[in-house]
Amino acid sequence: MKDPRIWGLKKSPWVYHVAAASCNNCDIEILELLTPRYDVERFGVVLVGSPRHADALLVTGVLNRKSLPRVLEVYEQTPKPCLVIGIGTCTCGKQIFRNSYNAVGPYDKHLPIHALVPGCPPKPEAMILGVVKALSKL
Amino acid sequence: MSNRRIVPIGPYHPLQEEPEFFKLIVEGETVVDLEINLGYNHRGHEFVSPELTYDQIPFLVERICGICSNSHPLACVLAVEDCAGVKPPPRADYIRSTVHELERIHSHLLWVGLAGHFIGYNTVWMWAWRYREHILELFEMITGNRNHYAMNKPGGVRRDIKAEQIPQILAVMDVVDKKVMMLTKAVLDDPVIRSRLEGVGVLTREQAIAYSVTGPTARPSGVDIDVRRDDPHCAYDRVPWNVIVLNEGDVLAKAKARLLEIFESTRIIRACLKDLPEGPIESRIDEVPPGEGIGRTEAPRGEVFHYIRSDGTNRPLRHKVRAPSFMNIASNVVAVKGGSIADAALTLAAVDPCYCCTERMAAFEDGKLKLTGKDLLRLSWAKTERIRERL
Repeated sequence: MKDPRIWGLKKSPWVYHVAAASCNNCDIEILELLTPRYDVERFGVVLVGSPRHADALLVTGVLNRKSLPRVLEVYEQTPKPCLVIGIGTCTCGKQIFRNSYNAVGPYDKHLPIHALVPGCPPKPEAMILGVVKALSKL
Repeated sequence: MSNRRIVPIGPYHPLQEEPEFFKLIVEGETVVDLEINLGYNHRGHEFVSPELTYDQIPFLVERICGICSNSHPLACVLAVEDCAGVKPPPRADYIRSTVHELERIHSHLLWVGLAGHFIGYNTVWMWAWRYREHILELFEMITGNRNHYAMNKPGGVRRDIKAEQIPQILAVMDVVDKKVMMLTKAVLDDPVIRSRLEGVGVLTREQAIAYSVTGPTARPSGVDIDVRRDDPHCAYDRVPWNVIVLNEGDVLAKAKARLLEIFESTRIIRACLKDLPEGPIESRIDEVPPGEGIGRTEAPRGEVFHYIRSDGTNRPLRHKVRAPSFMNIASNVVAVKGGSIADAALTLAAVDPCYCCTERMAAFEDGKLKLTGKDLLRLSWAKTERIRERL
């Protein structure tokens, strides 16, 4: 049998949402997942209030100098093994902010990333697919 | 002094979507002071903007904020048009107003939902966001994207509203009117919601003027300002609508004002689509001469102000942005004082703060709004202390 921790991670992933210098749009679309149209709670995906309860981190935004240490702290507080899923084109690179003095992305320089969902913002369907793909890789 | 405690909220906190750090200084249950520390969202838009051409900038300023993602590009292209001395054709004006009001509806519904969530009424949250989905579908139909619409360009709009789309938009407006009326009655008639919102976080007219708050934070406090009426742009001077002004200044008044504004927005959209003039949707801008341009518009949260300084090339020399939350957040300091901790989250949310809008202004002030050298030194010492404690 595989690692029981991985087995446990695959069922009802609880997610914690980390906005690191995002434009709020991916964050709103993540919340949109919980509302009646998409309602991912029927699959056991619950948005939790503390990283200590989370199986997966949904990160958004370009990551700036001030939020980087906080994001790392949140990652440290998350019980391992955990998934880190980048939502939005910003997480794939610095994109339109590549010339900015404050952007320190991309994420994979600082954190282990398991899936990236491009799109500005990605459609809620794409986010669900991203989470499913990350889980099926385990 | 001895029983003063600090309740930290943030930067990552289940209450808020965006990273920001509030220090509530409390005595027992009562909030006596508030410190705001922003900057977790700062991305340097004003720095990036002069490296882009005028056609590219609307895409950048759109990404200042995902909720006001029509207000910033609109104010920006108004500034460029002001500088170039070009007027958009009438059809573009009407389309701009339509999309702008659709954005206001979705933003206000979003706020109503979050306010419901903050006081523990998740049903209100789910309802409001479910009706908001209809608006997002309209956006997808008109602009191709649920958020970040990319409708505005200097001189006009990028996409036309086709004749066959108009009945669909009008049908959704009927649904929104009906559902928001139901929601308004449900929210205002519920005795629990009423007593949670009434008299909480009162911002008086004097305080509202002293803190220069704008938009739906100022209007419920009896300040009669609205850029759409005071500085007419787009089609706002050609369609009938009213400015909603209330006098109580508490969170209930802010909720009421926003819900009533949704009805005004649907009214504007109906009038715009009825009178939609024929003709081109953009006028050509050959060059932007050296000079300055100002664009301002009423975002869902208040007045958005963009300033462009041109040197005659295809890129601006300076691009300055002021978002409504910049003034509105500061008023939290007076609104939250004297209330209980339980009300603080709601009061902080009542101005509909948009930190990603504001961040690019306040980022390096690192926290308190008026920082002296002494304050910076104190902050630096405090940080060292915190690190020492953690190690």
